[in-house]
Amino acid sequence: MTASQTQHAAIHDDGAIQVVMIGLGEEKFALDAGLVREIIDPIPATKVAGAKAFVPSVINVRGNVIPLADLRIRFGMPVTEDSADTRIVVIEIDIDNEPVLVGVTADKVYEVTEISRTNVQQTPRVGMHWKPEFIRFITKWREEFVIVPNMERILN
Amino acid sequence: MSTLDPTEVFRQEAAELFETLEGALLDLCQRPDDRELVDSAFRALHTIKGSGAMFGFDKVASFTHEFETAFEKVRKGEIKPTQELISVALAAKDYIRALIEAPDSTDTIIGDAILDDLKRFVAPSAPAAPKVEAAAPAAPAKAQAGWQLHLEFDSHILCNGSNPLDLLEDLAKLGPCFVVPVTDDVPMLDELEPDYCYLKWDVTLHAACDKAAIDDVFMFVCDEMKLALTPLSEVTLPAPVPMLELAEVEVAPAEPVVLPPQPEPMAAAPGPAAPVPAPQAEPKREEARREEPKRNEERGIATVRVQAERLDELMDRVGELVIAQARLSQLASASSDLSIKMIAEEIERLASSLRDTTMGARMVPIGSLFARFRRLIHDLSRDLKKPVEFVTSGEDTELDKTMIECLADPLVHLIRNAIDHGIEDTATRAAAGKTEQGRIELYAVHSGAQVLVTVRDNGGGLNTARIRAKAEEQGLIAPGAALSDHEIHQFLFHPGFSTAQTVSALSGRGVGMDVVKRTIENMRGSIDLTTKPGQGTTVTLRLPLTLAIIEGLLIRVGTGRYIIPLSAVEECVELTAADQRSRGRSFLNVRGGLVPFLRLHDILQVPGAAEEHQKTIIISTGETCVGLVADQIIGNHQTVIKSLSKLHSDVTIFSGATILGDGSAALILDVGQLVALAQTHAEKQQMNEAA
Repeated sequence: MTASQTQHAAIHDDGAIQVVMIGLGEEKFALDAGLVREIIDPIPATKVAGAKAFVPSVINVRGNVIPLADLRIRFGMPVTEDSADTRIVVIEIDIDNEPVLVGVTADKVYEVTEISRTNVQQTPRVGMHWKPEFIRFITKWREEFVIVPNMERILN
Repeated sequence: MSTLDPTEVFRQEAAELFETLEGALLDLCQRPDDRELVDSAFRALHTIKGSGAMFGFDKVASFTHEFETAFEKVRKGEIKPTQELISVALAAKDYIRALIEAPDSTDTIIGDAILDDLKRFVAPSAPAAPKVEAAAPAAPAKAQAGWQLHLEFDSHILCNGSNPLDLLEDLAKLGPCFVVPVTDDVPMLDELEPDYCYLKWDVTLHAACDKAAIDDVFMFVCDEMKLALTPLSEVTLPAPVPMLELAEVEVAPAEPVVLPPQPEPMAAAPGPAAPVPAPQAEPKREEARREEPKRNEERGIATVRVQAERLDELMDRVGELVIAQARLSQLASASSDLSIKMIAEEIERLASSLRDTTMGARMVPIGSLFARFRRLIHDLSRDLKKPVEFVTSGEDTELDKTMIECLADPLVHLIRNAIDHGIEDTATRAAAGKTEQGRIELYAVHSGAQVLVTVRDNGGGLNTARIRAKAEEQGLIAPGAALSDHEIHQFLFHPGFSTAQTVSALSGRGVGMDVVKRTIENMRGSIDLTTKPGQGTTVTLRLPLTLAIIEGLLIRVGTGRYIIPLSAVEECVELTAADQRSRGRSFLNVRGGLVPFLRLHDILQVPGAAEEHQKTIIISTGETCVGLVADQIIGNHQTVIKSLSKLHSDVTIFSGATILGDGSAALILDVGQLVALAQTHAEKQQMNEAA
């Protein structure tokens, strides 16, 4: 199954989207569940000298060497040490029309849940310290604002 | 596999046959007397005809048949294969290919024209003669009242699913047949192989059909049989064989398993009372025996077609196996259990030979690619009227199949350039005191971790002044800018750059060299161009050996571990304290030679100061040697190359990654890039010193 197939399959008629809720620093992000391949415990990463700052290293996931992206760097958030809650979420996205597996470091993985598109908030132009094109939309989940990031944009 | 389109199978098969045919035809240009070549061309033609008919390519079958008929005279040695004839034959081959690849859009008029040409060469005395008969040796066939046939099948014919009796029945459809089996070769019962065909047949066919009709009957088995055809009038019918012999024949079926159907041809053949001709098998049998070993040889080099994806998949699995095996070896070496160590060693041995075999399966000798250019050069040299000798060497240099496919385009451009721009016309050559015939060399050679593919011509060389003038005209450089010849030549690779005054069918648009450059760079290769005015130009393509698994040298820099392809490693030396301290100069003295070195510590951005007792690994890419300074040399490592993802495509100093025994990923250093880096470093240093 390719990422694009599952991505659309995850959006139900009523606008509900199945997502994996992850925490980065103080913020909560909702990753489309269709993108997520697996969630693994942190493993030793290999630094790639000269790589872009937000994909500083590679990891071995089941015999595949995949890049490990750090969204915190992309969003300009402080990078904290790994904790007991730290996980790596392996997602599959399209880069130049080719499916690519990417590991994403998450400070915490909460749960798989559904969010509704009916609560979608307009992405505010001001009061945000990250680029608006990285964000698909912002919605409400259990009285909290969560960000649904546009992973393709972020990683391209 | 079962869903494979049979037409597709035929197309693939035909493509290979065309290669054989073309090769044979081109060789014939050089060695017109070689019977083997004529025969091999004929065999290829014949198989195309046979399987073409089988898969419903009727046009192909009928055209090939006429082509074959016309070529028959060459086979019989009645006429010599001249250059012109070969050119027409090549055109005919192309036409058949077009018929197979695009049956609907190919115009039969072209085919008719080619056939007319063929016939003109083959039968110059009778240009107006009707199609088949014009060249066929059996031209007077229709006048005959019939044919005398002697059929001798291979003993294996039944195993291949052919039934001689069906063929005899087909033959009977042509006209009244009189069939007599020849049982001379039937052995004693205890020596008899039940699935061998020992019988031969003598057939008298009373029908005014031509030879082609008979050939058609045996189309699919003609490679597995001997067919002797004589027009009836030429056969002096022997006296009727006594009935006794006939009786013997009919007794025979009781013995061997093959024989029971034997009476059938008798029944199928009308007119059983006609005289029975005596067997004429003796001389033929000798010949059949001589043919036998050759067929076995052909079977010996039989190939199996495998889809490329399957090989890729196999390679992946073997890669995983090698990684798992590395982990096992690591565990075993830490264990004290002797039996585990033994098994680990055994598996290591097996894994490494499995790896070599799998990789070998993906490797193709570059010769298959070179062969394609012989035709190109043949045609170009004819069209441009520049006689060219084409020399290749290193055909057995092996490269990954995918790389060979990628190389085809760039080489076409380079060879075209060499003939069109490089080689001068005959008059100019004569004036310059050169041989009239130009020379183009194409060779491949392994050099370190690279394969070098070189195209060299002995033409006029590049006109540096003209390239410069053109570059100035196009505004690529300022007039009078100080540039080395080498830098000026680089403009040739600029898109849209051409010094040709006119755009011809062959070249002049300035696209070719751009294509070459981009393709080679996509393969992480590079291009060297050297030229000597009046003596010719040499273009060398340097290609990495991108194999899926390589032998690597595992090193440590800081806490990170890296792999250097072992094939690039020349030697390892200790970095002396003096060398290490010196910050100003980064050259090593290796046995009197000056070798620049790079501190991996700096390049790989390792935090902290370098350790003491650093080691230097001297790597080379053909001519240039460069030292890499590392903290520790860990040892040999079987490296399964995993490519880096697109997210890391901007990182050039690594050619890929691999997985180490402990499951962590390690990066593979790109030797070519590091050497280039070292060279720019060294140049900068020299410039600084000079300043």
